Amino acid sequence: MSEPLEHPEHPDDLNPPTSADPTPEAKAAAHSRRTFLFTLAVGLNAVVGAVLAVPLVGYLLGPAWRKNSFVGAWIAIGSINDFPVGETRLVDFRSPVASFDDGDTAKVACWVRRIDAQQFQVFAINCAHLGCPVRWFAQSKLFLCPCHGGAYYEDGSRASGPPERGLFEYKYKLDGGSLLIHAGDMPTLATQASCKQKPLLQIAPATEAASTPARSGEWQA
Amino acid sequence: MAGMKQRAIDLYQWIEHRLGLIKPLTAAAEHPTPANNASWWYVFGSAATVLFILQVVTGILLALVYSPSANEAWTSLGILNHTIPLGWYLRALHGWGSDFMIAIVLIHVVQVFLFGAYKFPRELTWIVGVCLLLLTLGMAFTGQVMRFDQDAYWGLGIGASIMSRVPLIGAPLVHLLLGAPIIGGQTLSRFFTLHVFVIPGLLLAGVFVHIWMVLLHGVSDWPMPGRLVRKSTYEREYHELVIKTGIPFVPDAAWKDAVFAAAILFAVMACAFFFGPFGPTGTPDPTIIQTAPKPDFAFLWIYSVLAFLPPAIETPFMLVVPILAIAAMLLLPIFAGEGERHWARRPVAVLMVSVIAVTLGIFTRLGTYTPWSPIMEAWTSEPIPTAYLRNRTPLERQGALVLQDKQCRNCHSLAGAGGQRGPALDAIASRMTEDQIIRQVLQGGGNMPAYGNALNPSETKALMRFLMTLRDGNAPAVDASRQLTSSAKPQPPPPAAPTIAPKSQ
Repeated sequence: MSEPLEHPEHPDDLNPPTSADPTPEAKAAAHSRRTFLFTLAVGLNAVVGAVLAVPLVGYLLGPAWRKNSFVGAWIAIGSINDFPVGETRLVDFRSPVASFDDGDTAKVACWVRRIDAQQFQVFAINCAHLGCPVRWFAQSKLFLCPCHGGAYYEDGSRASGPPERGLFEYKYKLDGGSLLIHAGDMPTLATQASCKQKPLLQIAPATEAASTPARSGEWQA
Repeated sequence: MAGMKQRAIDLYQWIEHRLGLIKPLTAAAEHPTPANNASWWYVFGSAATVLFILQVVTGILLALVYSPSANEAWTSLGILNHTIPLGWYLRALHGWGSDFMIAIVLIHVVQVFLFGAYKFPRELTWIVGVCLLLLTLGMAFTGQVMRFDQDAYWGLGIGASIMSRVPLIGAPLVHLLLGAPIIGGQTLSRFFTLHVFVIPGLLLAGVFVHIWMVLLHGVSDWPMPGRLVRKSTYEREYHELVIKTGIPFVPDAAWKDAVFAAAILFAVMACAFFFGPFGPTGTPDPTIIQTAPKPDFAFLWIYSVLAFLPPAIETPFMLVVPILAIAAMLLLPIFAGEGERHWARRPVAVLMVSVIAVTLGIFTRLGTYTPWSPIMEAWTSEPIPTAYLRNRTPLERQGALVLQDKQCRNCHSLAGAGGQRGPALDAIASRMTEDQIIRQVLQGGGNMPAYGNALNPSETKALMRFLMTLRDGNAPAVDASRQLTSSAKPQPPPPAAPTIAPKSQ
């Protein structure tokens, strides 16, 4: 730099160089062995640093690698008698993958729709658009999202608004008198660990909806 | 007295001989700067620094009480607000300081851009400054998570949902963001780490480098139309200007910085005192779904944009546009490092700032009242205006009940009350014919769900009868093609005989 500013006398002034010393080049030439050793030491540190960095980066990226605990588990969310046929109800449960310090955030809510005696649909509360909690309106048979106005029909398929697909569904099974769902990851477009059997981009067409007591609509094929 | 003074000088010299920092720092503060930039337009950078220091100090004080655990964070905020003496004021200072810091940093960026101060030799100062802007926004977002309430919880959900749209590595990114399969304790811990250690550390280092380069190159001179920046001559010209018109930065120019910084600090204190701290809103309990999550002010515009993007381009837009925008800001001085600095000679720059400012302003405004969101309680809380029910047949009134009961009001307003997602229905029958309305209601489309499944024929009939009365005094809509196909005598639309204009009541 051409030093456009009048910088003060340099701090170097405090340690004035002794004028009798040889030039730096001559010094360096004389110290070639030390230079070599320094280069060697730098290389040594690079190796040690790399060995040190591997576990540190591994620790940092740990959550990105799927662990068994992430896959989730089957969890009972109630007796099937709690769910009248033809109705959709909100159910809370504690996430099977919760950690010791999750507090209230370990709680999960889902919408359970009972189609008939044996058939259920269990929807994630999270809108498929950006994850906000959808609310069920029984009279208009719609799920509505408060954030950006995504709307879904009673079978979870997309009705209108910004979502590009239907609601996320949990796998479920009936065990004796209770309803079990497979819960793990928070459902997002990329993490539906519990929904492997469902196609990613559209929930299976509601063929079973024809058997619902509700009038199957003209809009359905 | 003279002895005291001599002793003070001795003490100073003893320290400075060992420390060696006071003299160079004093000299840096007193460096000469062109007299033309001792202006009120040049005070924003120093004000941003002062606000940053305020944030560091108040942040450290809050950390004395705050508990970064998902179990306890919300409760500890309540204790700060209500139990710890002046805890509410510290939270308010930190919250308002954050809003002011974002505002001042943005003004600083706009000023530097319009004054062309990013040009040679200050390109790297601008690039570091862009990083500081992004880090400031990062502090705002992570800070919103620290206020571990409903908005923070669902805000994290939105962040994770955006991450999940990255192709191929979406799931690992979501897990990396959350630290766990779900939003919880580990999520808060890592956002706490970012908010308290990582980003402030980067900010401190960045601010140091930024200020160092300001000292190295000097504060940019006031731009003059026609005085072009050229790499070959600029530094010599600036040097000559400093020699000719230079005044010591401290105190001749810096007094304005000091006055402005004091005014801003006072404004923060006043807002904190009179308006108090932000939240927290409800507990971060995801089973409480009676909530309409919203981000903090600085991110409202993003929230709005996400409501308007068509589904098909949403993911590419979310993933590509921010990268392009940041790259454009970073590369700006590389491609426009020379030439005209004055705004009067840079119409594109002025136009860009105007368009971006108006756009952000509109989206932020929209974000404050979210017209795209259904109003979840409207169907039970907003009755049909009486004027719309007067002199109506029983069937029409039954239709009004259907309209209310099927939650139409959540998205459609009557007399200004109700949702704004769909059009207001006050004069719907003057815009659409009965056939068109029936089709729209039963089949949906154009952002409206289909109600064919939720309405039985008698409900549909009653609803139609009621909707056909909503004309606001206008003639009913007619199907233009029907008139053409009807025989020789085209029928005029029937007069709006029994309809009472509700607005006139």
